[in-house]
Amino acid sequence: MKDVVRVAAGQGFWGDWLEAPRRQVEGGPVDYLMLDYLAEVTMSILQKQKARDPAFGYARDFIGAVDSVLPAVTERGVRIVANAGGVNPTACARAILKLADQRGARGKLTLGVVTGDDLLTRLDALIADGHELRNMDTDEPLSTVRDRVLSANAYLGSEPIVEALGQGAQIVITGRSTDTALTMAPLRFEFGWANDAWNLLAAGIVAGHIIECGAQCSGGNCLYDWENVPDLASVGYPIVEGRTDGTFDIVKHPETGGRISVQSVTEQLVYEMGDPRSYITPDVVADFTTIRLEQAGTDRVRVSGIEGRPPTDKLKVSIAYRAGFKAIGTLVYAWPDALAKAQMADHVLRERLDRLGLTLQSVLTEYVGASACHGPLVEPRSDHPEVQLRIAVRSEDENSVERFTRELAPLVLNGPPSVTGFAGGRPKVEEIVAYWPALIDKTLVRPAVEIMT
Amino acid sequence: MKVQLRRLAHARSGDKGDTANVGIIALRSEWYPLLVRELTVERVTQHFSGMITGPVERFELPNLNALNFLLHGALDGGGTLSLKTDAQGKVFSTAMLRLELDVSDAEVEG
Repeated sequence: MKDVVRVAAGQGFWGDWLEAPRRQVEGGPVDYLMLDYLAEVTMSILQKQKARDPAFGYARDFIGAVDSVLPAVTERGVRIVANAGGVNPTACARAILKLADQRGARGKLTLGVVTGDDLLTRLDALIADGHELRNMDTDEPLSTVRDRVLSANAYLGSEPIVEALGQGAQIVITGRSTDTALTMAPLRFEFGWANDAWNLLAAGIVAGHIIECGAQCSGGNCLYDWENVPDLASVGYPIVEGRTDGTFDIVKHPETGGRISVQSVTEQLVYEMGDPRSYITPDVVADFTTIRLEQAGTDRVRVSGIEGRPPTDKLKVSIAYRAGFKAIGTLVYAWPDALAKAQMADHVLRERLDRLGLTLQSVLTEYVGASACHGPLVEPRSDHPEVQLRIAVRSEDENSVERFTRELAPLVLNGPPSVTGFAGGRPKVEEIVAYWPALIDKTLVRPAVEIMT
Repeated sequence: MKVQLRRLAHARSGDKGDTANVGIIALRSEWYPLLVRELTVERVTQHFSGMITGPVERFELPNLNALNFLLHGALDGGGTLSLKTDAQGKVFSTAMLRLELDVSDAEVEG
C-alpha cells in the first residue's frame, strides 16, 4: 500500500481552465486526476444533445483533456476519475477509445464505465409504483411536471468507482456521481477503507468537497487577502495528499501561483454549505464541525479530525424539466444622471410592455453599477459615470418573451438620452431548464460497471 | 464603536435552489465569539429585509471560526429560473459584510 495517495483536481466544472489537467500531471507527482464536469443543469443540456444525436450526451471537453494527458496515463500510471459521461457514459468511453486509436494507445488503455444513475426511462414505472419524487424544496410531486421532464439521474456514490478501479480501469467515466465521490473513491480504493469506516469515508468526502471546485480552494475567488494572492495567471490547482488514517494535506505543485492557506480552504469548506453537521452523501454523512485545519507549511494545509456516521437509505435525484422561457436585455446610460435616465427607460419600457398585453410571469429590473448585487443595502448616490439597465423577463409563453426582445432597441432613439452599449443586438430568447431535486430509495437504483478496452 | 463586518471577517457564498448560503469566517480566532454574539438570526434577518422572502437559519462552526447562514427565498427562484444577475448567490456574502456591528474598542484592538 502507498503511504500517500495524491488526487489532483483538474476541472471544477464544465468550462473550467483547459490548461489545468495537463498542468496537474506535468507539474509534479500525482496518482489520480479528478475531473468534475457536472453542475445541476448540465445533465439536461447533455440530454438535449443526446436526443439530437445518440453518440453525444457527454462532456466533450473531456476528450481534449484526456488527449492532453494521455502519455501520463499510459506510460506513468496516472489514473483519471471523471463524471464526464453525463447522460451517455458509454458513448463517452467510445470517444476516448477512438482517441486512443488515433494516438496509437489502443490496447494500452482500460476504461471503467459507471452506469445505472439514469432514471429517465424508468420514471413512469417509478411513479406508477407510488414513488412520487417530490420536490425537496416545494414538496410537489413530480407528476405536476412529468410531461416536461428532460433528464432524471440519481447521484451515485463511491462504490461503483471503487469497483471499476479494482477491475483495473485507468480511466473511470461516470454519469451523475456525486462530485465528492470522484475524490473519495480513489482514496478508499488505495487504502482499502471498509464501507462502514465512517470517519475515513467522511474524510474522503471532505477532501472531495475541498478540491471539487478546482482552484476555488487554492487562491481563486478567495476574498481573504485577495490583493496579495500571488500569480493567479499560473494558479496551481489543488492536490489532496491522502493518508490511510484519513488525515490529508491540501497542496499544489511547486512553481505555480495561487495560495493554499487555512483561510482559502475554509472559504471553500463553507461554499454551498447547508447544515454543517450533516453533509449527506450516498456513502456517509460527514460532520463538518469536526474538521481541523492547520497550516503545515507554505501552500500546505493539514486536515484531520473528521467524523462521519452512516448514510440515509435514500439517494438524491437530479431532475431537469422545461420551465418556460426567459430573455435578458441591457442598455448603458451615461453621466450626468445615469441612474435617473436608466430608471426612466425602465418606466417607459414597462408601460409599453403593459400596453402590449404580454403574458409575462416576471419582469425584473436591475441597475448594474448602482444596486444589482446589494439592492437596498447600497447608499444612494448620483454621480455614477454610467449605469447598466438590465431587464429580464420570464414567461411560459415564448411569443411574449420574443416580443419583449424587440422593445429594447427602440429605446435607443425614442427613450431617455445618453444611451449606448447595445451593439450586442437583440436579446436572445432562452428556454429555461429548471432543476427538481428529489429523493429515491437506494434499493431502487442499481449501479453497474462495465470495462471497455 | 461601530465596525463594519468586513473588518472582522471574510466570507464566501453559494446556492442551493432558492436559498443562498453565506459562510462568515472570523479574520482572527479571538473575534469568533464576537461574531456569534452579534450576528444573530434576528440581526441578519433585519439586514436582508427587502432582499430575501424567507427565513434565516444560522449554524455554528467553532472549529473553523465560522458561521454558516442559510438565507431562504434569496434568489428569485434560484438556478436557471432566477432573473437576477447574482442568480446563484455568489456575491451575497459581500452584502453581508456591509453589516455594522457594535463592539467595544478592547474587543477589536490591535
